[in-house]
Amino acid sequence: MNPLPLVAVAGSPNAGKSALFNALTGARQKVGNYPGVTVERKSGRLQLADGRPLELVDLPGAYSLEPASPDEAVTRDVLLGQQKGERQPDALVIVLDASNLDNHLRFALQLIELGLPTIVALNMVDLAKRDGLELDPSVLERELGVPVVETVAVRRRGISELQGALDDMLAAPRCGVHESVKADIIHLQRRAREIAAAAVIRETPVRRWTHRLDSVLLHPIMGPVILAAIMFVMFQAVFAWSETPVAWIESGVAALSGLAAQIIPSSLLRSMVVDGAIAGVGAVITFLPQILILFFFILLLEGTGYMVRAAFLMDRVMHGVGLSGRAFIPLLSSFACAVPGIMATRTIDDPKDRLTTILVAPLMTCSARLPVYTLIIAAFIPNTRLAWGVGLQGLVMFGLYVTGIAGALLAAFVLRRGVLKGGGGGFMMELPKYQWPAAKDVAIGLLTRVEIFLKRAGTIILGTTILLWALASFPQARPGESQVDASIAGKIASGIEVVVRPIGFNHDIALALLPAMAAREVAVSAIATVYSIDSSDETAAATKLEDRLQGRWSLATALAFLAWFVFAPQCISTIAVTRRETNGWKWPLFMVSYLFVLAYCAAGLTYWTAVSLGL
Amino acid sequence: MNAPFQPDSISLDQLELGARAVVAAIDWQALDSAESSRLRHFGFDEGVTVETLHLGPFGRDPLAVRVGRMTVAIRRKHAGAVRVVPTVK
Repeated sequence: MNPLPLVAVAGSPNAGKSALFNALTGARQKVGNYPGVTVERKSGRLQLADGRPLELVDLPGAYSLEPASPDEAVTRDVLLGQQKGERQPDALVIVLDASNLDNHLRFALQLIELGLPTIVALNMVDLAKRDGLELDPSVLERELGVPVVETVAVRRRGISELQGALDDMLAAPRCGVHESVKADIIHLQRRAREIAAAAVIRETPVRRWTHRLDSVLLHPIMGPVILAAIMFVMFQAVFAWSETPVAWIESGVAALSGLAAQIIPSSLLRSMVVDGAIAGVGAVITFLPQILILFFFILLLEGTGYMVRAAFLMDRVMHGVGLSGRAFIPLLSSFACAVPGIMATRTIDDPKDRLTTILVAPLMTCSARLPVYTLIIAAFIPNTRLAWGVGLQGLVMFGLYVTGIAGALLAAFVLRRGVLKGGGGGFMMELPKYQWPAAKDVAIGLLTRVEIFLKRAGTIILGTTILLWALASFPQARPGESQVDASIAGKIASGIEVVVRPIGFNHDIALALLPAMAAREVAVSAIATVYSIDSSDETAAATKLEDRLQGRWSLATALAFLAWFVFAPQCISTIAVTRRETNGWKWPLFMVSYLFVLAYCAAGLTYWTAVSLGL
Repeated sequence: MNAPFQPDSISLDQLELGARAVVAAIDWQALDSAESSRLRHFGFDEGVTVETLHLGPFGRDPLAVRVGRMTVAIRRKHAGAVRVVPTVK
């Protein structure tokens, strides 16, 4: 069976390629990675007028066939038929930004030289008009020797014309392909400028919209203030808007486990489904609303063109520790959850910059750590007021956040001078024109990311929670013996205890560290479970968790536990997403180990200092 | 390929904010290969008009420069490799 004809969509970054791809394929997209690299492969199906299906692949944006990034290398290799896991395209759709022809035509000229059947989509003609620029597509057709179709992909204009041109092109017999393309960029660039100048019908000089907006948004004082305001709104939204849906999900999970408990007879199976699968996956799914809202903002910031401005504003600061401004938004997003943060690092071109950002992202205090911080602080830190509006508890909480940030910056600094030394670190990017993204494009982006989160992380999380459940449930306790102590988990905890005893951790904490891997806030419920199992006495069971902790932990232990959680080895979703984004187990393992060492040292230092101070 | 010596040329990072200039020469040796091909891709070339539009809020770094119809952000350090002759207003 012959595979479907493959049509590649190629173009420079910011030409509106993804919007055009979305307009052609709709929501039926497959997103994966090219084998061996962390470059996203997006493909979809399209039906021609005569009913023939074809596969459309969205190539990574590139400025030329001489790659300056891994993404561009994939684009070149696919087009030359040298990419592993991809057949050579049968035809090409080149997307050009109508108001940036001088530049985009250079890549188009290079692509046309390949000799594949080609159509040019002259995209964003509306924005060009807004800037007072009118072009003649027929001049382009004549100069380039291929059909040119005017489009406005975000508004779905010109799409049927483009489909028609595709129809005609694929009906024609295929000609040979030039295997090597050797052209002098400077020469192509000059030719591109000539053609672009020839295609201009009218050009009215107007003060461009984008420039006017930038003079406010990139203003040395206003710029950072507005950025801070936008980030503030984003975080407010992540926490405020998510409350209701989180409550729904929680009650849904509770209802589901209640139902399962009724249907399945009391047995090991019931325990596995209710305590293992539903409880574990439920704990992770609760984060879905926050992740969705966060992604919504990230997609909006990206789609409007503001993301690059944020990077511009923050580059100098990030540069200080060897990162680029591009790392700012992913790291900031990690305050809500490291999973979307790590997935957002795809916008960082340089592989080493990107990897460093991924490795330090988990040090940003994510929202899952809050329940742990809140519990311990409430139990051990006196609620005294230090000054007007400044309480000791709040100060400790603030300190924990600052420690996380400082740790991340320090780790980035060390990584960039150690294992991830050299390479890039540069910051060269285009500042695209501002535009309002189509709701449909944002929706498709959200959908694919949620799918990745649920599918990839979901399978691993389900597996691990069942494993953790098994560890806690086997072997089964004899009558009179506590299940916790009898289980493999209990034994493992005794083993861990030996290691963590020097830093002030007791058996309870050692036991909580295991399930905390599933999701950090589970540490709280794990501690609660241990204490409720241990106390048979009714009145003791009713005592508040905080009060019980006070009775069983010293202040030094509590502080060490907090310090541990600033760096704590990561939750399974983070590890799973790191594996996906780095294409292997090497970096997630490295991340877990270095953070474990940091956590151990920080907790130890805190404990010993506290003990020597007599706390 | 170096342009003839231009006595009145300055480096791009010295160019006044809002001022225009014509690129006289680019010291490709001062850039690594990814950096120099990126600059070429942005359309940096001798004879091209550039304009400094915005500066980063911290340490006046990076720079937002208009090249042709594109606006690009580059760090001060890389802008130092581009020699320009300011256009007389």
